[in-house]
Amino acid sequence: MWAFIHKLGSPKWFYAISARLQPWFWAAAALLLLVGSVWGLAFAPADYQQGNSFRIIYVHVPAAFLAQSIFVSMALAGLVFMVWKIKVADMAAAMMAPLGAAMTFIALFSGAVWGVPTWGTWWMWDARLTSMLILLFLYFGVIALRGAFASRDSASRAASVLAMVGVINIPIIKYSVDWWYTLHQPATFTVTSRPTMPVEMWLPLLIMVLGFYSFFIALTLMRTRSEILRRESTKRWVRDLAAEER
Amino acid sequence: MPLRLEARELACERDDRWLFEDLDLDIRAGEIVRVEGPNGSGKTTLLKILSGQLTDYRGELFWNGMPMRRARGDFLASLLYLGHAPGIKAALTPLENLAWYQALAGETGDERARLVALEGVGLAGFEDVPTGQLSAGQQRRVALARLDLTPRPLWVLDEPFTAIDRDGVVALEARLVAHARAGGCVLVTTHHELRATDELTRIRLGRGGDDGRH
Amino acid sequence: MAGTETPMTDTEAAMALHREPHGGLVVALRATLKRDLLLLLRRRSEVLNPLVFFALVITLFPIGISPDPELLATIAPGLLWVAALLAALLSLDTLFRGDYDDGSLEQLLLTPQPLAALGLAKVAVHWLLTGLPLALMAPVLGIMLSLPAGSYGVLALSLALGTASLSLIGAIGAALTVGLARGGVLLSLLVLPLYIPVLIFGAGAVQAAILGDGVAAHLAILGALLAVTLMFAPWAIAASLRISING
Repeated sequence: MWAFIHKLGSPKWFYAISARLQPWFWAAAALLLLVGSVWGLAFAPADYQQGNSFRIIYVHVPAAFLAQSIFVSMALAGLVFMVWKIKVADMAAAMMAPLGAAMTFIALFSGAVWGVPTWGTWWMWDARLTSMLILLFLYFGVIALRGAFASRDSASRAASVLAMVGVINIPIIKYSVDWWYTLHQPATFTVTSRPTMPVEMWLPLLIMVLGFYSFFIALTLMRTRSEILRRESTKRWVRDLAAEER
Repeated sequence: MPLRLEARELACERDDRWLFEDLDLDIRAGEIVRVEGPNGSGKTTLLKILSGQLTDYRGELFWNGMPMRRARGDFLASLLYLGHAPGIKAALTPLENLAWYQALAGETGDERARLVALEGVGLAGFEDVPTGQLSAGQQRRVALARLDLTPRPLWVLDEPFTAIDRDGVVALEARLVAHARAGGCVLVTTHHELRATDELTRIRLGRGGDDGRH
Repeated sequence: MAGTETPMTDTEAAMALHREPHGGLVVALRATLKRDLLLLLRRRSEVLNPLVFFALVITLFPIGISPDPELLATIAPGLLWVAALLAALLSLDTLFRGDYDDGSLEQLLLTPQPLAALGLAKVAVHWLLTGLPLALMAPVLGIMLSLPAGSYGVLALSLALGTASLSLIGAIGAALTVGLARGGVLLSLLVLPLYIPVLIFGAGAVQAAILGDGVAAHLAILGALLAVTLMFAPWAIAASLRISING
């Protein structure tokens, strides 16, 4: 078990295995996103209340899902890095942070665009949007902290601790924001609480969510691989690799 | 009492630069070990590792034959570390500073012992002056008073001679030798040339700069 | 350096070496509490500054918005809470900085005592001299904002409970940024998002008191938040301090 974890953690091994996995995730992402968006945008029925504007859901919800999942995986990677000192985990965490922030931004932006036809305004202090905004600040904190240290080793550890503290807080923040929202604006229309979504609507949504996840995994693998090369550029195996390429 | 600090194949990598590699140390009672090397060769880092502050290293540390991970409590109870900064609060008097250090070690301590220790480092009469009003050398002496106040077998001293006047240097050097002769052990970095005695051994670190790179 | 004129005999010295420290976490904690209190009381301005800041910020709002008592009364709970939160945040930067600069932090790390407990003692002092005074001062500022009667006690109590959580969470940020030359703004960036739940339930408690709803639930949740932070924060603070010391 230990040997396996450390083998998995060795940058060289990870580099090799990820080269084989990467194309599959890219292919899955391309296929799922294509099918999902064509189905969702062209063939799924329009909403009886919102008409076609509801189709923003096919971007908004996957982005929001992913934004939260990325924070959790970033914290998990930080935990793995802190406990087992596996550097690849930290490299992956470092690569995930900007991606997570981007997804949070996409979720916020699509939410704002969606707000125009539904609420008649770009911004409402809706519970989901507020939580997303706070999540964006949490991402900014992690990214800024990582950038603030002169020593990369310290930066990695500090960012890991902050990500873990953040991930403990996310459910608390979410719960308290929901509570705050119901207190101040009881019984208003929330865009995404629709228990009776027909299959033709949620199936493409599911496909889009899966597509977003595949895209995230593929992109993280790719970026982690280049980060491995950058950080390990003085190591022998990387030099050998570079010599082979030449 | 046994007293043995061992390091096996110690290596430290900071930000992809190897400060040192394959360092084997065996430090025993009665020794003064001077860590030498140019600026940036990792002297302070080595002392931080050997004093248990830095845990980010390769290789193994043993305290009295036990792996450091398990012996940490016992090790810290035997250790007195003085770093670059003296660890003295400017707003507190020397007596208050020392009282806190005694208490940190879990000892209630008494005022008389603190007065004696301060007298020992030539600070009689300054006991109740806020340390901020003392000179840099005197502040350093307040820190050095801990050597006698809270006796520990293992001393790890990073540049202890900084800011100390000539008489103070002589006295401190004699104090180190006395500690080693009494069965203690001293690990020290200094730019000051130590008088060669039977107790003194040296560890030479890297050639500094980028030479340590692999 | 004592004993250079009259060197200790070997047996004497050997005896001295064998004097083992005998535990005593309580002794160390009490001494750390006493030392930090003493330090802050000797630099009284550091204790007073957050309080003056609190009063100043509260003064800005009637000037910036409107002196209308009715309007002020409706936003008073939130204003008081936000201003107190910012005041508590301001004082956080110095929490570990002094110890970091003069090397005491290294020594704190090297005691046989658990660092989490010693860090907790430092945070307790911070709360005692920042959070608690802010909570006690808030009712006075509440009068100036025409806060409705009957909510003053809840205001002070919610702030007293809430600022304890704020001190603990903030200390994590302070510990993470203590090694950085300019950590001040970064500290706010790290800590403020984490303050939001406390703000929601703290201001909510005062709001509920004004509306005549039960405040017990709010205060209970504030207490629960404090319990959770008490459980996790000390370890995060200790880990962060260890990271910072290796800067």
